[in-house]
Amino acid sequence: MISFSAVSKRYPGGEEALRDVTFALQAGEFAFVTGHSGAGKSTLLKLIPAIERPTSGSVIVNGQNVGALKRSALPYLRRNLGLVFQDQKLLFDRTVYDNVMLPLALSGQPPREAAKRVRAALDKVGLLARERANPIQLSGGEQQRLAIARAVVNRPAVLVADEPTANLDAESAARILDIFVSFHQVGVTLLVATHDQALIQRYGKRVLRLAAGRLAA
Amino acid sequence: MIAWLRQHREAFARARGRLLRQRGASLLNALVIGVALSLPAGGYALLASLKSVAQRVTVEPQLSVFLRQEARRAELEARMKSDARIAQARFVSRDEALRELRQAEGLAEVVAALERNPLPDAFVLRARDPSAASLEALAADLRGLPGVARVQVDSAWAHRLGALARIGQLALALLAALLATGLIAVTFNTIRLQILTQRDEIEVSQLLGATDAFVRRPFLYLGALQGLAGGILGLAVLLGGIASLNRPVRELAQTYGSDFQLAFLPWPQAVALLGIAAFLGWLGAMLSVSKYLR
Repeated sequence: MISFSAVSKRYPGGEEALRDVTFALQAGEFAFVTGHSGAGKSTLLKLIPAIERPTSGSVIVNGQNVGALKRSALPYLRRNLGLVFQDQKLLFDRTVYDNVMLPLALSGQPPREAAKRVRAALDKVGLLARERANPIQLSGGEQQRLAIARAVVNRPAVLVADEPTANLDAESAARILDIFVSFHQVGVTLLVATHDQALIQRYGKRVLRLAAGRLAA
Repeated sequence: MIAWLRQHREAFARARGRLLRQRGASLLNALVIGVALSLPAGGYALLASLKSVAQRVTVEPQLSVFLRQEARRAELEARMKSDARIAQARFVSRDEALRELRQAEGLAEVVAALERNPLPDAFVLRARDPSAASLEALAADLRGLPGVARVQVDSAWAHRLGALARIGQLALALLAALLATGLIAVTFNTIRLQILTQRDEIEVSQLLGATDAFVRRPFLYLGALQGLAGGILGLAVLLGGIASLNRPVRELAQTYGSDFQLAFLPWPQAVALLGIAAFLGWLGAMLSVSKYLR
């Protein structure tokens, strides 16, 4: 589903964030990416929706070499991925409902079908009762769940989440991981970056450990 | 196709919403555009009014032929009647001319002060061909006749007016081009500011798979709507301007014995102006968003 081969990423004027990273994730697999701050977790995740492009090597997602995609092809790649960003990127000028509606609106879904999907996604993360609220009124854990609802409303086959449990108490973090597990059970491929070792141990999934941009065995 | 139409409808609704939410700023922008548009539109209306006068006069190509005292009237009259280029020849005697002059406003006292009639006999001719060249040729021939003192092409001023109008038209085209550039610049800038206030939304939309067209669409509608609003205000400014100018213009024209008045733009031109304003707004927005999206 996702395969990196000999991927390096050097930011202009900076150090190499990733060095010679090679791994493959099968369809339906659930893996954590871990490592210290600055180890390259975020960079690795950003290469998948082509927010960043590899300096060398290739990133294949669903059979497409995303590093070589034209700018005009990126929207169609991203619509098939569920993305949860480290800083969530919620829009505070609209309701919870409208935040989740955005991915459907920009791909031109029929409104009736879209409304059903938005409610289903909000229900899945336990926010259906808050659909009229503004995201600013939500707690940290609720905001994170809102970001997840927006990521999955298009029913993507792949979900990529960057530090989805950062700054959350253990209970909220566990709730979010439970949501991920339920996606895993219906066949979604998940790649989740986290530095929370306790969480990783509790779930016993595959772990990609990054240190200074290299993948440790 | 249905999805495409729906996206356009949604983009239009969003643009209208933004315009209405920032009512004060939108109104000021539209006013800037409206004032800028009213200048060339007003110039156009003025030229169109002048042109209609010039055309009305040139369809009656008149020449005045003033005679010397010793001229033989019957001979000349026969000569003019036989000329195929002359449609009509009317003799105006010096006495008749003086009577007309006496009736003209403010001149009666001047005429009364005269010891003798200083006016010559004259023929007033109407030519068949109204073109300037043929009128001049006819005038040159008439000047060569014995007993003719002076030939005046009365419609010459209309031709001069026509030439002036052409110069005016050129100047107007330049002015319009300048102000159109200004309008594009104004829209470019307001849309740029609008983009900056919505940078987050644009960024998130792009991360979630928005195409450039999706990002661009509401801004294009915004630019076009702003241009259209400016166009409507411009026409309103023009209408008000013409209404307030027409009273003094009418009074002035009456002293020249004319019923000249400024006319509002004919409605196809008024609609075209709105279309052009909307298009220029769209163009300014297009340049602005494209620059932002690279």
